[in-house]
Amino acid sequence: MKKKLIVAILIGSMVMSTLVGCGNKNDSKDGTKTDVGVTVKPDATNDDDKSEDTVTQGKVLNIYCWNEEFQSRYKDYYEKSGKLPEGITVNFIITPNDNNAYQNALDQALLNQESAATDEKVDIFLVEADYALKYVDTDYSLDVKAEVGLSDEDLSQQYQYTKDIVTDSKGIQKGTTWQAAPGLFVYRRSIAKAVLGTDDPDQVQAALSDWTKFDAVANQASDKGYKMLSGYDDAYRTFSNNVSAPWVDGKKIVIDANIMKWVEQTKTYTDNNYNNKTKLWAPEWAADQGPEGAVFGFFYSTWGINFTLLGNALDTAVADGGVAEVGNGIYGDYAVCQGPESYYWGGTWICAAAGTDNLPLVKDIMQTLTCDADTMKKITEDTQDYTNNTKAMEELANSDFKSDFLGGQNHIKLFAEAAPKIDMSNVSQYDQGLNESFQSAFKDYFDGNVDKDTALENFYKSAIEKYPDLTK
Amino acid sequence: MAGWAAVPSCIYKGGNVMGKERNQVVKHKGVSYAKWGYIFLIPFFVIYFIFSFIPLVTTFYYSFFENYMSGLNHVGPNFVGLENYKAILNGDLLKYMGNTVIIWILGFIPQIIISLLLGIWFTDLRLRLKGTGFFKTVIYMPNLIMAAAFSMLFFTLFSDGGPVNDILVKLDFFKEPFRFMTSVWATRGLIAGMNFLMWFGNTTIILMAAIMGIDTALFEAAAIDGAGSWKIFKKITIPTIRPILIYVFITSMIGGIQMFDIPQILTNGQGTPNRSSMTLIMFLNNHLFSKNYGLAGALSVVLFFVSSVLSIVVFFSMTRETSKRKGEK
Repeated sequence: MKKKLIVAILIGSMVMSTLVGCGNKNDSKDGTKTDVGVTVKPDATNDDDKSEDTVTQGKVLNIYCWNEEFQSRYKDYYEKSGKLPEGITVNFIITPNDNNAYQNALDQALLNQESAATDEKVDIFLVEADYALKYVDTDYSLDVKAEVGLSDEDLSQQYQYTKDIVTDSKGIQKGTTWQAAPGLFVYRRSIAKAVLGTDDPDQVQAALSDWTKFDAVANQASDKGYKMLSGYDDAYRTFSNNVSAPWVDGKKIVIDANIMKWVEQTKTYTDNNYNNKTKLWAPEWAADQGPEGAVFGFFYSTWGINFTLLGNALDTAVADGGVAEVGNGIYGDYAVCQGPESYYWGGTWICAAAGTDNLPLVKDIMQTLTCDADTMKKITEDTQDYTNNTKAMEELANSDFKSDFLGGQNHIKLFAEAAPKIDMSNVSQYDQGLNESFQSAFKDYFDGNVDKDTALENFYKSAIEKYPDLTK
Repeated sequence: MAGWAAVPSCIYKGGNVMGKERNQVVKHKGVSYAKWGYIFLIPFFVIYFIFSFIPLVTTFYYSFFENYMSGLNHVGPNFVGLENYKAILNGDLLKYMGNTVIIWILGFIPQIIISLLLGIWFTDLRLRLKGTGFFKTVIYMPNLIMAAAFSMLFFTLFSDGGPVNDILVKLDFFKEPFRFMTSVWATRGLIAGMNFLMWFGNTTIILMAAIMGIDTALFEAAAIDGAGSWKIFKKITIPTIRPILIYVFITSMIGGIQMFDIPQILTNGQGTPNRSSMTLIMFLNNHLFSKNYGLAGALSVVLFFVSSVLSIVVFFSMTRETSKRKGEK
């Protein structure tokens, strides 16, 4: 009998040991905690005329995001100013973006939202423009006005395009952002001098103000031994942001004429050697922006200029002991102009999740970080991030703010001019997947491996694999 | 199947033998140890049932449904009969199957040739190579690296501005960098090359073990009779190690059907250029990525049948070999 017992225990433990690894990690967390809720006085320090009533809200604020950018903005400009009510813990759930991992994690969390314990519920989640509508056009996100409680006045200083991207099919704004990312064309001063005889931003802009002129300059640059652009996808956003209709009509994929214009242009550029056949973010692409590069210019937005491009332009990287100053690589040899078309690139939106138990706090975070002109101006001054507040940005644009990296130019001024022109009313929830598939399918065409029809065919195949409900 | 089936019968027989001995002492009761065999097998069957059998059956079941996620909306499951199979079979399935087979063969041929050659050299008594232990370790090493890391390494080495192109341009092989990833055969070749590099060491060691199992007297006798090394190889080595060769063939074939991580990383999941390096499992992964369980299920079932047919063919060709030999005896 004893032996049997021992055997039973041994077998039991064997089975258990093989199964135990597969359990749901959340099991241990769920259930044990009961939500008591805390009664807090929100934002006693806030000078707004908000009512000082006491509100009951959850003890844990869960924020879903993909990197630490928002965490640091939140800490520096919200938590440090003492606005977080006592007794509430803020919990950042960070899942890196790669390979849709963030979206998958967020999907899972939102689908479980109803059954999750109060402290486990998603309160805030961040989205990027390319897939914002996937979340915005559902009941998983809250109306920033009617439900979260921001007023029209709060939102009045935000750039229109940043609102369009998170406006659902019924015309309701479901998110808000603290940054705007208007794009410009960044060119090498020395190469502009060699090709156009001038490096003055106004005159260069005059030479590049539409695509016909742009193509002509590309030809001139090529004659002088320079490339106009680095990769196939460099100009993609300037075309895809200016389409006349969304990617998808009902369930049918529609390829806009403007996107096909990109195909034509890039094929011409490739065949005429106007570009360097690189790919965004590839090492060759980064090298083209450095001292050895011979590329006329790049399409870049706010963050790209001060962070990515600056880093690539240095001869000795800052990490290797280099200093970001004139003399190190081609620091100071870049300048910006508006380029042929307005576009944006990047940005992060804050959405309130349906079912949140921290609505007052969510509202206050949104209000402070995305509506308050003083906070936003400070963010720009501290971090060079271009913030989503027309008033604050106009102030900086008309000040003596200048960038040494851009040879003393006040690029904020150009950004402030470009941002209101961006029109993102044709955004769709399929943008990210379809843009990626399109670029990838047409790379074969530019490389000369397939003809245009095959490339289109490959695009449809890949698109329908990604979105089974779409049709050709 | 044969492996674990043999275990209980062994124990059973053992139990009987011991039972007989005991019967002589204690006549009224026979002790059977057979049940312990079954008891010890329970964990396997439980786990197999939960983690392999149920998923297998449900895969078949779900392959008849339309079932996917569109954004945050769950579409289905709706019964659609054979629609998923129609979609799979009318699509590019044959193309991806062709890609997989081509890339596998490109890698397998050099793998088996080099492994045989090295296996014979390392075991050849007359050659008496020094430092075989060192080389055995070195050729096995690529297998220790994660396939994904290995693939990433090759991606960097063979990129447009990578070191390989730098060297080739400096040595005047090419005027300007050769863009490996945009050429169908260069990409397939790189994938096959990586598979070869990763697996030839493993195969060499298996084949060496097989060759060392041959009685050296056979080689000596053949040499005395005047057979050259080619003849010895053809008439003695190959026929004796045939079962191991078949084993290597089958395992490599299964590995080939499952080829995924190397091409996935090298081509960033796109199977570029023109989907010519898209393998079957990459295709399956594309459907799973969009959580399209119906189509992915149908594709899995098709793969299941393809693998079954291949296994049955190999199984029968093997048993026919042995029965023929038995007949000869």
